[in-house]
Amino acid sequence: MTKPESEWTWKELSVGNVVLEPGNASQYRTGDWKTLMPVLNKERCIHCGLCYIFCPDMAYAAADAEGYFIADLFYCKGCGICAKECPTGAITMVEEEK
Amino acid sequence: MGKRVGMEVSIAAAEAVKQANVDVISAYPITPQSYIVEHLSELVANGELDADFVPVESEHTALSVCVGSEAAGARSFTCTSSQGLSLMSEIVFIASGLRLPIVMILANRTLSSPLSIWNDHSDVMSIRDTGWIQYFVENGQEVYDHVFVSYRLAEDRDVLIPVIINMDGFILSHVIEPIEFIEQEKIDQFLPPYKPLHRLHPDQPVTMGAFALPSIFAEAKKAQEVALLSSMPKILDTWKAFGDLTGRYYHPIETYKAEDADTLLITMGSFGETASVAVDQMREENRSVGLVKIRLWRPFPFDDFRKAVAGVKNLVVIDRAVSLGGPGGPVAGEIKAALYGEEGRPSIYNFVAGISGRDVAPSDYIKMVDKAEIEIEEGKRDGYEIYGVRE
Repeated sequence: MTKPESEWTWKELSVGNVVLEPGNASQYRTGDWKTLMPVLNKERCIHCGLCYIFCPDMAYAAADAEGYFIADLFYCKGCGICAKECPTGAITMVEEEK
Repeated sequence: MGKRVGMEVSIAAAEAVKQANVDVISAYPITPQSYIVEHLSELVANGELDADFVPVESEHTALSVCVGSEAAGARSFTCTSSQGLSLMSEIVFIASGLRLPIVMILANRTLSSPLSIWNDHSDVMSIRDTGWIQYFVENGQEVYDHVFVSYRLAEDRDVLIPVIINMDGFILSHVIEPIEFIEQEKIDQFLPPYKPLHRLHPDQPVTMGAFALPSIFAEAKKAQEVALLSSMPKILDTWKAFGDLTGRYYHPIETYKAEDADTLLITMGSFGETASVAVDQMREENRSVGLVKIRLWRPFPFDDFRKAVAGVKNLVVIDRAVSLGGPGGPVAGEIKAALYGEEGRPSIYNFVAGISGRDVAPSDYIKMVDKAEIEIEEGKRDGYEIYGVRE
């Protein structure tokens, strides 16, 4: 998408509103939905990857160079499943600051 | 000129679908539509029609199958009546929203309750505003002809809107009429193979039926409405091309002895033929009565209608469905809206007649005109009644 859909006019829509660009859901900022965001305490993290495995939105990427799993806040909806599943309590959900 | 054959209208309709060379048929049998799909299933089974006939457990699925097959680029057909249409109504909205050029024949039948298998327009009125182009035909030849007209129009790149052919159940579907068949070569020339604009194909993935946030939904509906309204020139072009091919020219609004009439009967569907007999009788008695027939119901041909009734004193609008708690029948409501802004607009008297297939004879039209003219003369501006009800 070249511009946010809230700027599209009716004349710019494809016939039948067919989405012609495959995979463009990746441009959808579901991160807007959250009120709480996950914060990782790296000292307690044991690199088990359960946060990555359980994340229902695949907001967690595979481990970074240092072996940590970090949520992409562009997609993270703040559901808190990662914090609930973390076996060492390394993830806490905190209010997002505007 | 093609061969003229005496044939039950349902069978002729199915033969037209065969000649239109459809790829997929999905339907669930329901009276009075059954003969159409039964005959199509025979044509597919005996190899006369190379198409997939998908038998389903409900009308909801029948139209869903057509949505899927049409989205994949296959010319698709379905057919239903009454409760069947109600059951598929959820998908009726989706087919037009996705701009899939499906063609459906609706053998109009009354909706329960009370349960009735006979004819009226209550079924289609429940999906009146779903964005399909809708014809009302008057006889078997028109059913046959409109199958080709509908596919050519629906699949036009400038249109891409599904079409419903409304034919009165039993009154048309179950009678035997002389039908003039069109040679296959002529049909192939009139109706080229379907070339979809977008289709589901793994080589070029697209998404159909994605959701829309409030930030874009209104734009999507505006686009759909503009597409439906601006299909009018193509509707006319398609009829013109069909007329040039066959000599049978159709128009959104058709008139019969309407010139200089003081009173005009307004009908839709098979009412038109009987009403024309009544008009002949009244004209013989030097009464100034004519007939206006609505062939195109959606998009409603407002300009043509206003032109057809310009200067007339009285309109007697015959509806074939009740609009419970509304402004009379649905056709009359439409016509009142069409004329609201007109200078010197006529008095409108509305009868609901022939519901659940009750016969409306020429003498009934004369009685309706009599009553309307008297009551309008006495000062009643917008009379309404269900005709012929025993008090």
